Amino acid sequence: MTAYTHSLNGTRYRFDDLKTLLACATPLRSGDQLAGIAAESDEQRVAAKMALADLPLKTFLGEAVIPYEQDEVTRLIADSHDAAAFAPVSHLTVGGFRDWLLSYAANTEALAALAPGLTPEMVAAVSKLMRNQDLIAVAAKCRVVTAFRSTVGLEGRLAARLQPNHPTDDPEGIAAALLDGLLYGMGDAVIGINPASDSVPDGIRLLDLLDGVRQRFDIPAQSCVLAHVTATLQMIERGAPVDLVFQSIAGTEAANRGFGVDLALLREAHDAGRSLKRGSVGDNVMYFETGQGSALSADAHHGVDQQTLEVRAYAVARAFRPLLVNTVVGFIGPEYLYDAKQIIRAGLEDHCCGKLLGLPMGVDVCYTNHAEADQDDMDSLMTLLGNAGVNFLIAVPGADDVMLNYQSLSYHDVLGLRHLLGLKPAPEFEAWLGRMGLLDAAGRLPPPADGSSAVKRLTAMGLA
Amino acid sequence: MTTPADDPWSRWRAATRARIGLGRSGDALPTSAQLEFQAAHSRARDAVHGAADFAALAAALAPWDCIAVHSRAPDRATFLRRPDLGRRLVPESLPVLEAARSDWDIAFVVADGLSARAVEAHAVPLLRACRARLGGLRLAPVVLAAQARVALGDEIGAALGAACIAVLVGERPGLTAADSLGVYLTWAPQPGRRDSERNCISNIHGDGLGHDAAADILCWLLREASRRKLSGIGLKVDPAAIAGTLTG
Repeated sequence: MTAYTHSLNGTRYRFDDLKTLLACATPLRSGDQLAGIAAESDEQRVAAKMALADLPLKTFLGEAVIPYEQDEVTRLIADSHDAAAFAPVSHLTVGGFRDWLLSYAANTEALAALAPGLTPEMVAAVSKLMRNQDLIAVAAKCRVVTAFRSTVGLEGRLAARLQPNHPTDDPEGIAAALLDGLLYGMGDAVIGINPASDSVPDGIRLLDLLDGVRQRFDIPAQSCVLAHVTATLQMIERGAPVDLVFQSIAGTEAANRGFGVDLALLREAHDAGRSLKRGSVGDNVMYFETGQGSALSADAHHGVDQQTLEVRAYAVARAFRPLLVNTVVGFIGPEYLYDAKQIIRAGLEDHCCGKLLGLPMGVDVCYTNHAEADQDDMDSLMTLLGNAGVNFLIAVPGADDVMLNYQSLSYHDVLGLRHLLGLKPAPEFEAWLGRMGLLDAAGRLPPPADGSSAVKRLTAMGLA
Repeated sequence: MTTPADDPWSRWRAATRARIGLGRSGDALPTSAQLEFQAAHSRARDAVHGAADFAALAAALAPWDCIAVHSRAPDRATFLRRPDLGRRLVPESLPVLEAARSDWDIAFVVADGLSARAVEAHAVPLLRACRARLGGLRLAPVVLAAQARVALGDEIGAALGAACIAVLVGERPGLTAADSLGVYLTWAPQPGRRDSERNCISNIHGDGLGHDAAADILCWLLREASRRKLSGIGLKVDPAAIAGTLTG
């Protein structure tokens, strides 16, 4: 184990190993303080950044933050590394890598070609040297396009997950939030329910409801009931209309075990989802959610900082060619991300790091009522992410998720962001909105007039 | 002008508390919807950051004795950042509890948790309803715990010598309910108990579970935990058996 040192203003700082160096270099975060691994002073943090900037990128190929023998995520990262793709940057230090990422040479094509050559730890390390502006600029150069019934991630597009949750999975209550969201042009990333019940029959009932609405109105979108992957496998066995297979994942084997999954189970689920061949324009069938702090909350963090562990979760995701990956950035609470400053920074980090690893990143721009944040802060993060080229955002009625008891973005917010930045929905979904008569001549979605046919058709729907 | 009769959302609004059919000012929320959201958020934040009036709770519970204790989190800001400190007693609280040590069948703890408003609104009526149902059992003084998380009850129960502990705790406020109370029951409390060794009753508030209904479930669980000497995943609520205790 190599120790790292750096002298700054007459003080010599020592960092015992690579994970300590990364933890001390990471921007201030309540979760790292809770774990007892954060830098003890601002100056120590900068000294760690300086030491990290001088570190050759290759170091990460020789030294693991969690031992290879102990952790299957480390083994996945090491065994799937593409040395040829890494070659263009293999001579750089972490600091030099930041300069290269910001250079004009690092264009969309170069970044896409590089992705298989990067490990999560390299990406986490360089992000710790980047300001928010850097995270936005670099992410905006990445393009990751995936498809199922709609195509997500194309330039000039912003998709949305329509999240019509209900505290008791009431079909009418879910349909109400779903119809409302369709009238704002939401749902082109996925129409996805967090079920209150974890039972398989209840999940099938919800899938039938969503698939029924999709077929009745011929909506080019995919649906998902965000149940545990083992429940979704049973739903597939029973012939339910499963479009996407969902799972929460984390960056260590032990934290994934806390979620009740391992790589073999995810492989089985990926194969089962693909076997259904329900996609019309693509075959990306996996949907993953992540979030900084999940490994610490499962007591499975190995002394590694929460941002580095988050990026390791993306290495798990990329093994399964997902349609969608999103960080649920502010959901976990103030003991991990204390306030809006930390939530906004983490959202930008997660998005940029995921994109650099080649993932179709979205963000649930959100907070809980015990965090120091409000809707103004969500406006800021959403607008930053729109400029960073985020693939999709989560939207709920009036920003209030009545099932999970947290605040995300309102349908209004995502629609307003599209109009502000001139972004369109996924192309197949945009065409459907046009067929429904919801778009004006400029391609915008104005408030529907009283008695408009789309409102009448959708709200007059009966449930079978 | 849309009249209620031809509002296409009237049928759907009845099906959910979700904020649907809000209308639009351009792309944004109309002023009234925006202010209603802010009112709900302010209520939730005030519940998180308020201080529970434990003196008033103790007065309301008299003649039932109360003991006031404090976690190692000195204030709200620390409490929110450091859940570990909210699970440990400040050293001065330990002798106070040990002075009341006895072979109690059950000890109740009122913990402010994440909603002072929840314990102020629901702790006293719930405790009274429980006391009325627990004749013949030895009830410890009620412990009023400031800046407290659920697991603080483990240390409290061990210090009191209680066979079983029920922690009434303010739940994280949502926009629809800022005063929701939860109860966590733990058999043989001692530091290090896992969450899987507890039984939970949540959503006790005006629009949720009522005080008498919650007391029925809690007291059934208490008696079953005492009889079977366990709590947690091995002890499942049996609605039929609870209904039986009401009619029988």
